[in-house]
Amino acid sequence: MAQPFIDIKNLTKSFHANGVNFDVLKGINLQINKGDIFGIVGFSGAGKSTLLRCLSRLETIDCGSVRVGHYHIEKLSHAMLKKYRQSIGIIFQQFNLLDSRTVFKNVSFPLEIVKTDKKIIEKKVMELLDLVNIADKKDFYPGQLSGGQKQRVGIARALANNPDLLLSDEATSALDPNTSLSVLDLLKDINKKLNLTIILITHELDVVRYACNDMAVLEQGRIVEKGSVRDIFLNPQSQTAKLFMRINENMSKTDWNYEI
Amino acid sequence: METIIKAFSKPVWEIVGPSIWDTLFMTITSTILTVVFGLIFGIILATTDKGGLRSLPIFNGIFGAVINAVLSLPAMIVIILTLPLSKLIVGVTYGPKACIIALSVACIPMFARLVENSILEVPKGKIEAIKVMGANNIDIIFKVMLPEALPNLIRNFSVITITLISVTAIAGSFGAGGLGDIAVRYGYNRFRTDVLIAAVGTLLVMVEFIQISGALLAKFIMKKRHLI
Repeated sequence: MAQPFIDIKNLTKSFHANGVNFDVLKGINLQINKGDIFGIVGFSGAGKSTLLRCLSRLETIDCGSVRVGHYHIEKLSHAMLKKYRQSIGIIFQQFNLLDSRTVFKNVSFPLEIVKTDKKIIEKKVMELLDLVNIADKKDFYPGQLSGGQKQRVGIARALANNPDLLLSDEATSALDPNTSLSVLDLLKDINKKLNLTIILITHELDVVRYACNDMAVLEQGRIVEKGSVRDIFLNPQSQTAKLFMRINENMSKTDWNYEI
Repeated sequence: METIIKAFSKPVWEIVGPSIWDTLFMTITSTILTVVFGLIFGIILATTDKGGLRSLPIFNGIFGAVINAVLSLPAMIVIILTLPLSKLIVGVTYGPKACIIALSVACIPMFARLVENSILEVPKGKIEAIKVMGANNIDIIFKVMLPEALPNLIRNFSVITITLISVTAIAGSFGAGGLGDIAVRYGYNRFRTDVLIAAVGTLLVMVEFIQISGALLAKFIMKKRHLI
């Protein structure tokens, strides 16, 4: 079998606060293949976001090894860390666009900081805005956009450096169901067009079912289940997965025939 | 009533007029110094803080303590303490020029803290989003932190300019001249209420002008960014 694109081995991470140790990630082992849309689900506090922050090296890695492509990210030098970060893109629940810049300028930011030629920036940004279908809003400020539009700009910005990996931190959680669906369609579309590996962190099961091929379930800092989305949905093994499924099921079969 | 009318008479303005220029000169030059150094110090305070762009907790603690120390001194003491410094830099210890150094030293710590707070109010997520693009700290400071904090910085700029105007009045007692000096020497010591009204009225107009234009400018930027 070919080498996986992402190989996480025994990743641990703990935080210290007021003299107390919190083990947030307790030995994560995970392999993700090139071109996958991989879902990571878990309840709040399971360690999803910390895992993502480790992957972008916003958090240091305590123990274990994480390889993304040819980068061993637990031991990157300062210069290599910049290079690595330029090879990934991240989208956020809160979009995190800069209010001081127009849509165009937001998307051009990653290109500006690597000193790309102005003409190339112009061309690349327009391509990206076309790709996410928001070219008509290029001179708008984020303050003028709806949540879905903001996330499209966020996606365009994340793609500006032609990343190999796109990380999504609850990117659809702040959007209404319809917009959420269109953003997921866009991600699926990008995944196909660019053969981009995507990791979706979410607490919404529907998101995983709709967009991902493989998934992992995170529970109190451990991966308790991983495999194809189909297998886990049809036959959940772990507590968390079962609970997730049950909540989902119960919510969809509300009894309407009540007496007033 | 008579005194108020007299406050607009020619002889009164012959006293007050020249001191307006002194006050403007002192305020403008010391504002420039305060803004330049305040911005630099404020950026240093915000970025070296724990969890900042370049966390240096020990340095931050010491630097913060020095800022606080100057901040806690009454303006008058700062003026006396900086007299030797004025002598060294501008060669004299009296008059508007000498006062600029004292005024700046008195107000730089306050503006530094205001700048620090404005920067810290930029949501952390935005800065992290730029960080994970592989941006360096200079880009983050000048292309993210300062532009995002701009409306706030402008409001704080008004605050510090107004503070500087009021401190020039105190400096007046040390031979700095200016409107505050006139108000004390003529208005208070010689019971010239008309001069007092004219001097204080002019100060009031200056303060209002800065406050209103600062607020308008901040509002204009917020409107342009569609944040209000």
